[in-house]
Amino acid sequence: MVSASDPSNRLAAGAHYGLADWLSQRITAIVIALYTLLWLAIALWNGGIDYPLFKALFAGTAFRIATFLFVVAVLVHAWVGVRNIAMDYLKPTALRLTFQSAVILVLVAYAAWTVQLLWGS
Amino acid sequence: MASLERPVSRPRPIYLNLLAIRLPLPALVSILHRVSGALMFLIGIPLLLWGVGAALKSGDAWTRFTTVMSNPMMKLVALVLVWSYLHHLLAGLRHLLLDLHVGLDLVPARRSAAIVLVLGLVLTAIVAIRLW
Repeated sequence: MVSASDPSNRLAAGAHYGLADWLSQRITAIVIALYTLLWLAIALWNGGIDYPLFKALFAGTAFRIATFLFVVAVLVHAWVGVRNIAMDYLKPTALRLTFQSAVILVLVAYAAWTVQLLWGS
Repeated sequence: MASLERPVSRPRPIYLNLLAIRLPLPALVSILHRVSGALMFLIGIPLLLWGVGAALKSGDAWTRFTTVMSNPMMKLVALVLVWSYLHHLLAGLRHLLLDLHVGLDLVPARRSAAIVLVLGLVLTAIVAIRLW
């Protein structure tokens, strides 16, 4: 049995011990579900969402910030999930680390894209 | 990992013919949770950002987006992504309940897996009918 407290047994490319990932996966899931409910409530309240309402929603600062928090939650959630998939199927360490690095770059690019479309125009 | 490398007296049977394994319902929901998540990461997030961005800019950008999305192939992609979101959301809620030790026994776990699978498909069908 490998002891978690013995640093000599730790793998640089390993999964650490997972609690923070496990917890952040659940917290971000709840944020995502709440944001989904927000859209559902807006749609039910207004009897659907047409283009003027869509534009008006994104004109509000509070809604933009809520959307940004949702996207951050999605990106953290996606990171934990995609990394789990990579750890299961990409066995060669070099391949896995390359893939995971690319995933991080893509996720940060998505975040930049989100900021640009929320506040850029 | 060292324990996996110990010599075993008898070779253990390995049977991983994916076409012949009969997956239990909760396992099917679980692997679809993973597949739907991967699809949303690879296609769903960029497509959604593109669509929302185009809608906010309106004009040419929106016309370009709707032209691409009116292609039957892209409609199918959109539908698969709608299903991905719904299945992933429902399977995730089931997961949170399991974390709270709700429905851990075999019978309720199977039943909730069936509910997730069917409800995801039914809601996707409703969205499809309303969209087209």
